[in-house]
Amino acid sequence: MVKKESEATKVTLNRRELLQAATLGAAATVAPQMGETADAASQALAQVGTPAVPTPARVLMNATINGERVSLDLDPRTSLLDALREHLGLFGAKKGCDHGQCGACTVHLDGQRVASCLTPAVQVDGREVLTIEGLAGPDGSLHPMQRAFIDHDALQCGYCTPGQIMAAVACVAEGNAGSDADVQEAMSGNLCRCGAYVGITQAVRQVAGQDGGAS
Amino acid sequence: MRPFTYVRAQSAPNAVQAVAAAGDGGKFLAGGTTLYDLMKLDVEAPTTIVDIRGLEGMTDITVDATTGLRVGAMASMTEVATHPDVDRAFPALAESLSLAASRQLRNMASVGGNLLQRTRCAYFRGNGDLSYPCNKREPGSGCSAIGGLNRGHAVLGGSDACIALYPGDWAVALAAFDASIETLSPRGTRTISIHDLHREPGDTPWVEHTLEPDELITTITVPSLSYGRASTYYKIRDRESYAFALASAAVAVDLDGDTVREARIALGGVATRPWRARDAERSLAGQPLIERTARQAGELAIAGASPGRHNRYKVELAIRTVADALRIAGERGNP
Repeated sequence: MVKKESEATKVTLNRRELLQAATLGAAATVAPQMGETADAASQALAQVGTPAVPTPARVLMNATINGERVSLDLDPRTSLLDALREHLGLFGAKKGCDHGQCGACTVHLDGQRVASCLTPAVQVDGREVLTIEGLAGPDGSLHPMQRAFIDHDALQCGYCTPGQIMAAVACVAEGNAGSDADVQEAMSGNLCRCGAYVGITQAVRQVAGQDGGAS
Repeated sequence: MRPFTYVRAQSAPNAVQAVAAAGDGGKFLAGGTTLYDLMKLDVEAPTTIVDIRGLEGMTDITVDATTGLRVGAMASMTEVATHPDVDRAFPALAESLSLAASRQLRNMASVGGNLLQRTRCAYFRGNGDLSYPCNKREPGSGCSAIGGLNRGHAVLGGSDACIALYPGDWAVALAAFDASIETLSPRGTRTISIHDLHREPGDTPWVEHTLEPDELITTITVPSLSYGRASTYYKIRDRESYAFALASAAVAVDLDGDTVREARIALGGVATRPWRARDAERSLAGQPLIERTARQAGELAIAGASPGRHNRYKVELAIRTVADALRIAGERGNP
């Protein structure tokens, strides 16, 4: 019985791990090819006399992401959201609107919640990022806010949920969860198209009540 | 997004030199919530970005009873909105920030950059379709909002070339308090009244303010005002939170009993720039603050409005917004 379970664990890759493996593999193999293609394109442009699009210098970003030191060599156009998803295989933060309007990409930067889609990754150099993947305890035990979202059925499709939870944790830490009205105001930057707002408000209030709104 | 060269500034003097050296395509990057957003839409296409985030000495906030408020331009909207002394001395200033955007964006955006936030006009932003003419985005191409969908557009300060709304709140509140901004450029420092910072569109809607491209806002100052605490920023939106103003009013009133000694009124959400309403202010001096005088002030504040097809509602809304703001500020003055 015990043996069976461990065998099952061995061969089971969940969806996230599969995606991570695919992304990291793609980054390793495709990146040099992309560079070659760009070179070929600019050579072709130079030959026909069209001014080549300037190739921006890559920028090094060193940051601490979920407690781990990370060093990335990036095109300076890259958003923090794309750095997380496309370069680090962290798919928790979601790309909803990509313009800072929906909150699905919310992460913590130096302890403050931000829209990672409107944060140029180069501005994260030397700073600390916390994403939904870093929220649970080292033993995998859920953060009280994750637990509360389950308790209150605070989601339907789940797409906005990582952003909601990161915003909710910050909302309580800021001391903005003293009443339903406070929560509604402080959480207004996170849209939920399924309309799970009642459950979300209850979840945030539950956690604020557990620790008196102090953290 | 177009490629650009990224430069991390080491100091404010270093930053203005770097933007000057970059020529026409150089831009300062502060919080990024406007510039980076518009770069994604290809509305902004700088060739050089000079990052001023994290520069030392640009985030200090001080409130002094005699000299007033000094705010470093790189302080975040959150830092100023939640500063207890700011809220005590000028509640309208704190509210103008806390009622803007979302907490996430307020944590990112700087109060200096916020002053120069660009319009939300859908024809300007394009939202992925830049085929509509827009004089602001492409000088001389025309204005799609005049005669187009203009529910959110300005009824004051527009021209035949542009009716795009100035979307901000903070600058409106600063206008009510006669704030100034201090700037740095390779040519030195200067101080500009908030009233001289933003321009009406006129024939050149793409020129939105009076700063030079290599001129950096370093500090925002607000002179002390004895009745600053009797103020409010009252903002009406399509939804209760996280939306731009349909109409807003920054109001402060100095009361002697029930009689107005002096009032300050500035409008947001209705004009092409922050809109100080001096005729409305004068109409209240020496008058009791009652429903009739408050409404009359609102009517004077929006006088001269020239609404289009879809934004006529803003006239009555602005009148009531001013009147309600006067009542709230008055209650704070005479608790």
